[in-house]
Amino acid sequence: MTARRATVGGHTYEFPTLVELMARATPARSGDVLAGCAAESAAERVAAQTVLADLPLATFLDEQVVGYDEDDVTRLVLDTHDPDAFAPVASLTVGEFRDRLLAWAAAGDEAAISALAPGLTPEMVAATSKLMRNADLVAVGRRTRVVTGLRSTLGLPGRLASRLQPNHPTDDPLGVTASIVDGLLQGCGDAVIGINPATDSPARTVALLELVDEVISRYGIPTQSCVLAHVTTTLRALEAGAPVDLVFQSVAGTQPANRGFGVTLDLLAEARAGALALGRGTVGANVTYFETGQGSALSADAHHGIGGRPVDQQTLEARAYAVARHFEPLLVNTVVGFIGPEYLYDGKQVLRAGLEDHFCGKLLGLPMGVDVCYTNHAEVDEDDMDSLMLLLGAAGCTFLIAVPGMDDVMLHYQSLAFSDVLTTRSVLGLRPAPEFEAWLARMDLLDEAGRVRELTADAPAARALLAAASA
Amino acid sequence: MTVPESQYRDKGDPWAVLRAATRARVALGRAGDALPTARELEFRAAHAAARDAVHQPLHPDVVRAALPDVELLEVHSAAPDRATYLQRPDLGRQLAEGTELPRVGADLAVVVADGLSPRAVHEHAAGLVTALLDRLPGWSLAPLVLAHQARVALGDAVADALGARAVVVLIGERPGLSSADSLGVYLTWDPRPGRADSERNCVSNVRPPHGLSYAQAADTVAALLGAARELGASGVVLKDEGPALPAGAG
Repeated sequence: MTARRATVGGHTYEFPTLVELMARATPARSGDVLAGCAAESAAERVAAQTVLADLPLATFLDEQVVGYDEDDVTRLVLDTHDPDAFAPVASLTVGEFRDRLLAWAAAGDEAAISALAPGLTPEMVAATSKLMRNADLVAVGRRTRVVTGLRSTLGLPGRLASRLQPNHPTDDPLGVTASIVDGLLQGCGDAVIGINPATDSPARTVALLELVDEVISRYGIPTQSCVLAHVTTTLRALEAGAPVDLVFQSVAGTQPANRGFGVTLDLLAEARAGALALGRGTVGANVTYFETGQGSALSADAHHGIGGRPVDQQTLEARAYAVARHFEPLLVNTVVGFIGPEYLYDGKQVLRAGLEDHFCGKLLGLPMGVDVCYTNHAEVDEDDMDSLMLLLGAAGCTFLIAVPGMDDVMLHYQSLAFSDVLTTRSVLGLRPAPEFEAWLARMDLLDEAGRVRELTADAPAARALLAAASA
Repeated sequence: MTVPESQYRDKGDPWAVLRAATRARVALGRAGDALPTARELEFRAAHAAARDAVHQPLHPDVVRAALPDVELLEVHSAAPDRATYLQRPDLGRQLAEGTELPRVGADLAVVVADGLSPRAVHEHAAGLVTALLDRLPGWSLAPLVLAHQARVALGDAVADALGARAVVVLIGERPGLSSADSLGVYLTWDPRPGRADSERNCVSNVRPPHGLSYAQAADTVAALLGAARELGASGVVLKDEGPALPAGAG
């Protein structure tokens, strides 16, 4: 192996391992500084990007960031790699691959880009993203087509779906229902009505599943429910005969980090099989839902790669997508600003990470959504969220998460408001999932132009839905 | 809880049925596809309160004035400013280089730390310290320590230097939109650098009149301290008496 070095500003920088090369090439963020793997200067970062650009893409098949023998995520990636899908780009360097993707995107060649997924590894995709500007991430993201379905179809061109997140501090049924009604009246919920339960009790999970199933059945809504309990809790709910549409789990990019979450690949496979056996889909059979986020491995002290060196958080995030894609998910989203300023410090870092995550997820074949969100101790505000949501809309993001009035009263952080989904759709000319859009029309919730109407409470559609929260 | 139809009518505002059902910000109305000005400004006011709570500096005089009879020392963590503190939790857990504390030896050290809400310290620390000291007649106490740019685990380093057998850290919690002044209490038996979060016990949301009162919190902490002394340990082994440290609080 030739030495990996480049000269920038008269100084020559050398990168002894692939782990360090990837980390030093990563655009600046607080989590990599905390982990001790970030570039020490702007010049060193560019030097690393220069070296990375000349690295053959196929290097990542022979040389690992996290070891094959010690980590089941690495084994999953390499053991399932599809050489035929990789063939069209097998001879390219990382820099040439970026250029090729941008050329295909500009030509609108969705087929060429989208067919690559089984041939790409998380490290290839992460490396490429490190050479891209925000606009590159948007341009390629919007030409990467990933379509999934269960009772609604997600990821079609010109569509933007949403997860309606009706969390309540005590899982109070009426409180949850009120937030569901509020979201439906604003055209949200086509990706999923997904509740983070306040506790992980199986009985509570079953009760919430039955509650949402009742609302969906009562109004004939073409969407799916999810209670985002631990996968072992969902397994219990399945055993109890509960109406489980989707198996949810948080996943990360290393085996120790997943162990920290209390999950193994076998456990996920078992739960997926259980949900599939219920046959609850009408337009598709994707029955899993995963959440991820940069920094989750570091926060679990499970971020080390070859030689015990710290791996940058963006590469590890892309590896989490390899876990997710193995289970053919309906939905995947990064919770991009949730983890705090020690991982993503300010609006600039959150914006960048949100676009990277969307791009990497899509290119790896995932139906990628984003929870555009922040906490009060990060240097982030609503304006940063607006920028990210609009860029994600332009990037063809599969779905956004929305809560009442931007305020999640259970998890104590700020996400998007239901109306933000409407804004993103109207500014960019995007529409809800087709089945859900037809339902909105049937409920008289759309005007002649197809826009979600602003209703008075005595309008028939409002009265019909309000009945759910008053009965 | 079910809101009867009659109440729904009586309010004169049919959306009230939604608002009555949850603290979530439902039925806000719209201005086109966005939020109406009044709702937008309400949200901004709540966010501003939380932001200001994070970024206002800790004023030691506020605590000193409220505790005139208590001997009080000040320390700084290795995080020199707020921006570093927010990005480097590791530095917030270490004492600044050259920090000197008297090795007094004591049963208990009490540390008042700014954490993520100095405002919570200003409003509630003195009241809680007073209530706690009232409940610990048999304990020898090290001087009270006021800590700047501090995380929970800084208490381990402080208690280690003072030679204390246990430490109680009162710390400003991460502000939420509706609670910018919440104080948390973390108890660690045999504190020394390297203690895991699972070896602590936590009482959170001390903020009368909306959250726990000083008396309620002090009763719980005093009981936990007694149990920890008996057991010679704190954390998950005391789980039945009080919850362990929630994730992300360190």
